[in-house]
Amino acid sequence: MTIASPPSLTENPQCRDWIDLSPNGRVTLKSGKVEIGQGIATALVQIAADELDVDPDRFDLIAGHTSLGPVEAGTSSSLSVETGGQAVRLAAAAVRSLLLDEAAKLLQAPKTELSVDNGRISVGERATDLTYWALAPTVDLSAPVLGHANPKAPNERRLVGTSMARIDLLSKVASAGFIHDLDLPNMRHGRVLDPPARGRRLVILDDTSLNAAFPNVKIVRDGSFVGVLAAREDEAVQCMAALRMCAQWSDAEGGPHSLAEAIAADSSSVEEVFCKGDTASAEGRVVRTEIERPYLAHASIAPSCAIARWREGCLEVHSHTQAGHDLKSALAMAFNIEPAKVTVIHHAGAGTYGHSGQDDVAYEAALLARAVPGEAVRVLWSRFADFALSPLGPGMVVTAEAKVAAGRITAFSIQSVGQAHVFRPGRGGTVNFIAAERLSAPPPKGIASDVPLSRGGGADRNANPLYAIPNVHVSKRVLHDLPYRTSALRALGGYANIFAIETLMDDIAIEIGSDPITLRLSHLQDKRAATVLEEAASMAGWPGVSVEGEGLGVGLCQYKNRSAYCAVVAKVMCGEQIRLTQVWAAVDAGEAINPDGIVNQIEGGIVQSASWTLLERVALTGDAVSTHDWGSYPIMRFSEVPEIEVRILNRAELPPLGVGEAATGATAAAIGNAVRQALGIRIRKLPITRDAVLAASAS
Amino acid sequence: MQAKHFVLSINGKQCSVAVDPGTALLYIIRNDLDLKGTRIGCGEGNCFSCTLLVEGRPQQSCSLTAAAVEGKSIETIEAIRDTELGQALIASFITEQAGQCGYCLAGILASAKALLERQPSPSRNQIVAAIDGHLCRCGAHNRIIRAIEKVAFGRRMAG
Ligand code: FES
Ligand code: FES
Repeated sequence: MTIASPPSLTENPQCRDWIDLSPNGRVTLKSGKVEIGQGIATALVQIAADELDVDPDRFDLIAGHTSLGPVEAGTSSSLSVETGGQAVRLAAAAVRSLLLDEAAKLLQAPKTELSVDNGRISVGERATDLTYWALAPTVDLSAPVLGHANPKAPNERRLVGTSMARIDLLSKVASAGFIHDLDLPNMRHGRVLDPPARGRRLVILDDTSLNAAFPNVKIVRDGSFVGVLAAREDEAVQCMAALRMCAQWSDAEGGPHSLAEAIAADSSSVEEVFCKGDTASAEGRVVRTEIERPYLAHASIAPSCAIARWREGCLEVHSHTQAGHDLKSALAMAFNIEPAKVTVIHHAGAGTYGHSGQDDVAYEAALLARAVPGEAVRVLWSRFADFALSPLGPGMVVTAEAKVAAGRITAFSIQSVGQAHVFRPGRGGTVNFIAAERLSAPPPKGIASDVPLSRGGGADRNANPLYAIPNVHVSKRVLHDLPYRTSALRALGGYANIFAIETLMDDIAIEIGSDPITLRLSHLQDKRAATVLEEAASMAGWPGVSVEGEGLGVGLCQYKNRSAYCAVVAKVMCGEQIRLTQVWAAVDAGEAINPDGIVNQIEGGIVQSASWTLLERVALTGDAVSTHDWGSYPIMRFSEVPEIEVRILNRAELPPLGVGEAATGATAAAIGNAVRQALGIRIRKLPITRDAVLAASAS
Repeated sequence: MQAKHFVLSINGKQCSVAVDPGTALLYIIRNDLDLKGTRIGCGEGNCFSCTLLVEGRPQQSCSLTAAAVEGKSIETIEAIRDTELGQALIASFITEQAGQCGYCLAGILASAKALLERQPSPSRNQIVAAIDGHLCRCGAHNRIIRAIEKVAFGRRMAG
């Protein structure tokens, strides 16, 4: 099988960038992709163990260490298996080949007759004393991966394709497995004073009384950035609570009252991102929908956390960032030092599903640590900061319009409007740390540029429909004048765009009296898409029987129009409450490296999307985020989750595809379409709450 | 800060700590006693990440002070994981791969243990009710419920 060279190999071409053989009979596997709950650590070990024929328990993984590991793009976009995994496969295959070249020489046997069992070489049936580790000193792992890599054929793999248990889960169930638990010698605890909103200035801070009450606490201030440092965490917490009472902030700066108002007031122009044929002159009856998704919070269960230490002008940061190299260069930019002087080391955090306060808190730890050179400083964000100061998933309005003639969709146009979807630190010419904006000499404000379609798109991700339609027009408008901080949240614009497209597909089906699945199938040329759709429909017993108040709905997505396929059917029961009772999903992710891992990811994606779709909305008041706690931001609970059944269509001969984001849009659409079927009411403005349904049925 | 002495009964041991009376039990457990398996979530009583057992009942350690628990027996995940029931639950969580980031699991384990101790063969609804206060952002809910159900079932079978 030929495998395209993944981008990760360009930056890290040598075998030893990825793999080292330690003298103690272990293998060190290095990766820039980090474990954020998606099982990537396990998948990478499975891939490498299979290629090398070494048992997985002999592996040590170094992941997300900017000095010791390869330089790879951040862990995002469901690309870890696709790119990071392929690089690991090629590197492991190359290392095996180099070792076997050497073994063949020593054993005076043809390389083709050699086999390996847990690192021990055999010639034909005969086991020898020779192991990888005995050979290692004579093999030069600075050899390039490409040129030596000849990975196994799919039918020769033994571990890949099995549901190996997560290698990291045990450490996370019942011991100190997270960054929050890291305790460096003499570490100080830091807390940072939260402004009521981004852009507010500290007018008065009368902290004179605090010195007497907290003699052991150090207060660090630069402009409107204020932090405290204490040897005891509770002392830092209490001092910060007292400090909060001494602070007076500048007033609100205004801001829009609704997304629609914001869109109308923003001067940004429309960008055409895709055009095929001519939608304007196509014939047909117009069917149109406009959907709105609110701003959403990452709402991680754990507060953002980091530890920083300055030693001899070098900065060491422990972080749960998803993008260690971005963080490293942004920190270098922020402190005006050589990037080589910054090391970022990844530790596990709770799932954030995108760019939360993880990088901001690392910068704040570094700022505070500068006041105590040589000492480690741990900063933990408040729940307020994690809701109100961390980047949000941007609100969006998506307008989709189709023309339909003789049962065929002749034209389709879509426009996605909202703030930029990715604004990681160091991008757009700015450090993009929220606390930097409060310094007495703040860095220049950068402009977030949305992700181009060539890299999967941002606001326009998945805006191009999967269906065979002769005339298509896709455009987006990225808003720049709004006061809110936005950045990556799972699936970016893909969630809202698929919700819009799949809502429109159902509206078209209703308009022309067709079954929603039949309509979709008749417009699908992509066999893999059609197959997952048929599979999900059959799992759900589509079209089902009609029961009062109950509805079935469908949604379909190929993530980023080039990654995993996912079809979802949802069943809702609409009585006193809107209850999502059952969900079926069929997934084609190419070669399934770890089938249960894929099922787990899809289940998680379904639940999170259902939570967004039925419950979540960040409240905005003028320039401020007024969602501050779990009380005002409910997420789906145990008593609300639906039964879920996931089926994987394994295609071992095709490249593996990431699945973390594949289910989100399809799930939203399936729920919306199920509610439409149950009640005859179409809710276009998310979330689909009981109140929204009542309001819609009243009007 | 005015440190005061408290004697707490943690995981079967008497532990003497000197802390400000306003300090949350969560910080005492994690920092003074270096038992870091209890998780910090919201610190506001809303997420249940910080759940541990006080006199066998699940309580949120971020919302308790030392004074409130003096003289009561406290069990953290570090002790729960060594009990027979704790081991069975952990094994079941691993078998079901019940978790993604895993952050919510330690607290849930505490609530699950308390439930199974009170009620050896709970129904699914009882399990859900017992852990419904716990938030999980990763959507691992069904697997978590199933992992607990299987332990309950195993115990029922064993009589
Ligand atoms: S940390 Fe205690 S309930 Fe959230
Ligand atoms: S597994 Fe991540 S919060 Fe539950």
